Amino acid sequence: MSEPMNDSLNQLQARVIDAAASKTLLNITAGQSKSFYGQPRSGEVLDVRSHSGIVSYEPTELVITAKCGTPLVDIEAALAEHDQSLAFEPPNYNGYATFGGMVAAGLSGPSRAAAGSVRDFVLGTQLLDGRGQLLNFGGVVMKNVAGYDVSRLLAGSMGALGIITQASVKVWPVAKATAYLRFELSLTDAIAQLNRWGGKPLPINANCFHQGVLTVRLCGAQAAIDAAIKTMGGSLTQASELFTSLRHQTHDFFKPQAGRTLVRLSLPSAVAPLGIDGEALIEWGGAVRWIHTLDVASTRAKTVAAGGHATVWRNVEAGTESVFTPLDAVSAMIHRRLKTEYDPHQVFNRSVSL
Amino acid sequence: MNAIAEPQHFTDLQDQVAQAMLALLPAHCVLYKTEDTTPYECDGLSMFRQKPLVVVLPETEAQVIAVLKCCHAMNVPVVARGAGTGLSGGAMPHGQGVLLGLAKFNKIINIDQLSRTAIVQPGVRNLAISEAVAHLGLYYAPDPSSQIACTIGGNVAENSGGVHCLKYGLTVHNVMRVRVVTMQGEVVEFGSAALDSPGIDLLAVFIGSEGMLGVVTEVTVKLVPKPQVQQVVMASFDDVEVAGNAVAAVIAAGIIPAGLEMMDQAASRMVEPFAKAGYDLDAAAILLCESDGTPEEVAAEIAQMREVLQAAGSTHCVVSQSEAERQRFWAGRKNAFPAAGRVSPDYYCMDGTIPRKQIGTMLKAIMAMEIKYDMRCPNVFHAGDGNLHPLILFNANDPDELRRAEDFGAEILELCVTLGGNITGEHGVGIEKINQMCSQYAPAEREAFFAVKRAFDPAMLLNPEKAIPSLHRCAEYGRMMVSGGNVKFAELERL
Repeated sequence: MSEPMNDSLNQLQARVIDAAASKTLLNITAGQSKSFYGQPRSGEVLDVRSHSGIVSYEPTELVITAKCGTPLVDIEAALAEHDQSLAFEPPNYNGYATFGGMVAAGLSGPSRAAAGSVRDFVLGTQLLDGRGQLLNFGGVVMKNVAGYDVSRLLAGSMGALGIITQASVKVWPVAKATAYLRFELSLTDAIAQLNRWGGKPLPINANCFHQGVLTVRLCGAQAAIDAAIKTMGGSLTQASELFTSLRHQTHDFFKPQAGRTLVRLSLPSAVAPLGIDGEALIEWGGAVRWIHTLDVASTRAKTVAAGGHATVWRNVEAGTESVFTPLDAVSAMIHRRLKTEYDPHQVFNRSVSL
Repeated sequence: MNAIAEPQHFTDLQDQVAQAMLALLPAHCVLYKTEDTTPYECDGLSMFRQKPLVVVLPETEAQVIAVLKCCHAMNVPVVARGAGTGLSGGAMPHGQGVLLGLAKFNKIINIDQLSRTAIVQPGVRNLAISEAVAHLGLYYAPDPSSQIACTIGGNVAENSGGVHCLKYGLTVHNVMRVRVVTMQGEVVEFGSAALDSPGIDLLAVFIGSEGMLGVVTEVTVKLVPKPQVQQVVMASFDDVEVAGNAVAAVIAAGIIPAGLEMMDQAASRMVEPFAKAGYDLDAAAILLCESDGTPEEVAAEIAQMREVLQAAGSTHCVVSQSEAERQRFWAGRKNAFPAAGRVSPDYYCMDGTIPRKQIGTMLKAIMAMEIKYDMRCPNVFHAGDGNLHPLILFNANDPDELRRAEDFGAEILELCVTLGGNITGEHGVGIEKINQMCSQYAPAEREAFFAVKRAFDPAMLLNPEKAIPSLHRCAEYGRMMVSGGNVKFAELERL
């Protein structure tokens, strides 16, 4: 890499070293696409968008490496030229989401239950830690057990351990064919049906249950889709826009509702409906359930009792409840130790249940 | 050999530790006589041996907790062990420590058909999970070649792969939750039956941590539906580089094969008398390219694979016509290691990874090394993943051969790093590749690994001195490399 290309990285590094010396809290930001998400952040804004660009992309290696400030739309355009994509469908929100933010927030879209999550696709990362050191973890190959898998640890770490300045992510061929099926049934039946289908070799890639309608997206070889349509029943429909709006959360469901808080419940997929009052939308075969609730505390308690966790998504009715479900004592201790090791001067925000 | 001379009498420490363990466990769960501890002195990598002070074989989680608390208090290192099939010495005991065997944790606790998960104890064998759920049309996807013997606890420690992991993922993609006892004796769970958890993804870093962050007492695995049909194309090539490029051509065509394996001529000639797989012994290399799915899907994909492989220069393509034939094609590949054991007194299996495009370059470099070290080295590759398993054949009773085998292996791994890959894809660093970690990572990165270790095990007592080399160790290794002469691979472009 030539010197001018490193300028942006040098600047980021200098800012972190300064912050460490002066014990200044930094607020890592880029496209602000997910500024609503997580615990409130404070500190001096450190915009990483200047550190941008695709470093390497070789379609036959199924991997793309890019700097953190690269707009996600640029990544996806580059991949689309070779009929490849990010199979976990990261959300873009306002269209300004960046590659680094994608890894740091670790959010995946409608295909997650079938395809895997951001962390499943991360192969390597470069981290600027709280001492201002640049560290490289993992690499560009599919398999790597040399050293601990810090790259995957960083996926979803919300910048608490440092700035993810660059990442290498596995990419996947775009499905050759897609079809959508529509079913009318109850919430209870929809959850049971999705789980039964999950045990069958069907090309289900995404699904959504909302207001009595279950919509299923099938992706794969045309022959497999044709066979699945015969087995599954339902009626063929057009739902490409539905899944795009779910992915980027532009669907009307995600609009604020007066007096209610939008909560994301992550549950074992087969758990029966929890009987929480409020409009709900189900994704990921029952493993993610969105609800506009009046009572965050009781919603969270029911979710935890069912083996899951609840995240306050759009904190419309700010209350005393924490954004994330609190950790158990042992996990919390490990989190604190990790934070102290990677960010000894507390330069970065503590936005992941820390 | 790397064996360390064993003490001929019980030391005070050994006596002390054995007494402490006998106070916590029934007598039949504590082994300390040399004849009883010797079977535990190494794992699948027998070049590295070390007897532990004491072997404990607990039967309950409460006993695991008690053992770890006690060892923590006594400042005694602990090494956990599953079936001992590991190939990097990760389960080699500590000479001043306790070997914690989890063989008795061999129960499948729960199978949930609807949510497609199973909760199993760490000593359950990999294949036993798939066998237990076969009647439900489900299976556990990662299938390391040792799956008949290796345990899920060991798979978690090593992030094991297998021949189908390009499409179905590694252990990290198929384990949802682990229940763990820390070195301090605390119980904690990482992950859950849901698809994500609050906080930092500790499960992700725990998997593949080589038993250094905690002792697993329970694992929730994801089960996936068995494909209706599987079929494999066996393609012959008259040049290894052409075969390597064919791998890239398959991927470029938008195909993700269920398995994509490569064997060079030396490997197919080595396994054929043993496995009778029907390999083309005149081919410089063969590729096994598998498709799975519905009958219609597989028929279409196999036709496409065949077309791509032929266009990429395959001289001959055969498609399996029955399940028995498919199994036979795979039998040779899966039996490569035993076959190596049959033709040579010892073999040294390497596990580097490289970008797929470098497969041909790597194979040609290994051929040159065969001449340099005057040793044979058949090659089997998880080609789809760029994960190579060169098998260096040698005789460990000849000290010079052992030294050359080690140097040969080290040179292959150094070349993997140079070509943009890494020193281990699925076997782990263990004790075997600890020196090569000095080449793979800079001091600050190795220190960042130690930081993870300290966060989970501040006393640094769990499987110490494995996987992550100390600064001192790397300094020693650096001196050795320089004294060896020239910079390696000066002709290659550095990545």
